[in-house]
Amino acid sequence: MKLWIAFWNILLKDMRTYYLKPPNVSWGIIFPLAWTGMFFIRSDSGIESILTLLPGMVALSILFGTTSMLAVTVTFEKKNRSFERLLLAPIPFELLMLAKTSGAILFGVANGFVPVIMAAFLVDLSGIGWGSFVLTVFLIAVVSTFLGLFIAVAVSEVFEAQTFSNFFRFPMIFLCGLFFPIEKLPLFLKPLSYALPLTYGVDVLHGTVHGGHTMPFPLDFVILAAFCVGLFAMCLRNIRRRWIA
Amino acid sequence: MIDEKSYIEVRGLTKHFGKVLAVADVDFAVAKGELFGFLGPNGAGKTTIINILTGLAHPDSGTIRIGGIDCTGNSKAAQHLIGVVPDESNLYPELTGFDNLCFCAALYGMKKAERQARARELLNVFGLSGASDRKFGGYSKGMKRKLTIAAGIIHKPVILFLDEPTTGIDVASARHLRQLISDLNKGGTTIFLTTHYIEEAERLCDRIAFIVSGHIVQVDTVEHLVQPIQARHILQIVCANMPQDIQKYLSASFPDLEFTTPGHGLIRVEAEKPVHVGLLVRFIEERGGEVSEARRIRPSLEDIFVRITGIEANHMHKEKEKTGGGR
Ligand SMILES: Nc1ncnc2c1ncn2[C@@H]1O[C@H](COP(=O)(O)OP(=O)(O)OP(=O)(O)O)[C@@H](O)[C@H]1O
Ligand SMILES: [Mg+2]
Repeated sequence: MKLWIAFWNILLKDMRTYYLKPPNVSWGIIFPLAWTGMFFIRSDSGIESILTLLPGMVALSILFGTTSMLAVTVTFEKKNRSFERLLLAPIPFELLMLAKTSGAILFGVANGFVPVIMAAFLVDLSGIGWGSFVLTVFLIAVVSTFLGLFIAVAVSEVFEAQTFSNFFRFPMIFLCGLFFPIEKLPLFLKPLSYALPLTYGVDVLHGTVHGGHTMPFPLDFVILAAFCVGLFAMCLRNIRRRWIA
Repeated sequence: MIDEKSYIEVRGLTKHFGKVLAVADVDFAVAKGELFGFLGPNGAGKTTIINILTGLAHPDSGTIRIGGIDCTGNSKAAQHLIGVVPDESNLYPELTGFDNLCFCAALYGMKKAERQARARELLNVFGLSGASDRKFGGYSKGMKRKLTIAAGIIHKPVILFLDEPTTGIDVASARHLRQLISDLNKGGTTIFLTTHYIEEAERLCDRIAFIVSGHIVQVDTVEHLVQPIQARHILQIVCANMPQDIQKYLSASFPDLEFTTPGHGLIRVEAEKPVHVGLLVRFIEERGGEVSEARRIRPSLEDIFVRITGIEANHMHKEKEKTGGGR
């Protein structure tokens, strides 16, 4: 009960002070909107191409939403020392980091549904397998949040976190099959694609939206989940090593 | 609450930062209900020791018991018993004073009604009620310090760590804070504080540890610490037109007495036996000095600090001025 109060209030504070601020909320809407528009104009295709673009849009919105937030919530609080206040509280370290990241995860999930809601006005989405879709959106949000955390821990300045995360994010747009199938990538880049967690999430999204997946869903889920656990464990280890010296 | 005589017990604590030895094989214990102080100059290792005890840093070696709980290797074990007030405030600039306190209370699992009542109570005690709805980021230095202390005791910890509680705030606020610290201690809270103000340590602490370069050089009550020099006779002479090399001449003529010149126009005399003031004054005036005052001084903690650590007291005072003054 006591731990739950702490967990809930950490999450609530982050929501209030960071995620529900107008600039962030509008960023979550404008960003997917801009990308969708850009792709429509470029591809000259009709309304029906929305379904093939949607998985990439969803993944992109989640990826950018979560990773940029972590850089602020964690790097900034580390720098102004308020993070120490959390480390001093009698909360198990794992739980503390879950509380600190769950705001970003929820923010990512919400961001992921912005393109879905926009698409719903234009095309029929009744063919989507929603169970797998929602689960995947959640797993992508978790995995990109932990990726953001990993980056935030590696740096000490907020601006470094932003730059460093772009270093990861932009290549992932092309490497993870968001808009261009992985098969069309040069051979030497393919191993890199399969080393990135987003590839597996995007695969499921394509599968559930328009049936264009390359791997069995269970395999995708298992690999995504493994990435979540692995990245989280790595983050915890790095934070302990770097911040509790 | 805890069935234990020592609330803090530290053995063989050592910590390096790269090649810098920050804490060198430190042992000490703080009894239940005690107000224990670390007195030492900048870089002595005070903050590092607090960080290790509270779970913000790992020691290289040593054992730690807090509130009877073995915390060696598990700094989380006793965190529910302790409150920590760091040397710099670590609250959230974007939250109001009230919200900051409520949030800190929530970290310790306090229920909503309870934390709001406690936050209001503490804002009142610290004279911050008028600023409770203002953002912490806009507080003055002294207000920040007060709210940081309030946040440290919001969950009524049985052991409180205070890192330089009065550094950088004005005289009246510092006095107010010292009173609050003293009241907390009288209310039963065991307190561990660090300071580089000798007078503060002397006035507040039951026992004091002198710490220099990571070593504890002496630990005792103020009374016991000053005992070895209590019997000594100390005389301070204020003198204008101080003759050149007067200290040398005095030492040569009065071999039983120790002379130092601690400041401009000051001569300090120490001796085992009562000093014959008239003789000294005449000696100085015959050589052109104009003595305006000669008075006996009670040996203070400052004298013993200088004697034991070899650090001049005014060196500590200069540091104090650098960090913003505090008395
Ligand atoms: N994170 C760190 N990295 C490297 N060295 C450190 C670190 N923290 C402390 N030190 C070194 O350890 C020594 C002790 O520092 P500490 O901050 O504990 O001193 P202090 O007694 O609190 O001083 P002050 O009165 O200035 O607060 C210093 O030499 C300091 O440079
Ligand atoms: Mg310090």
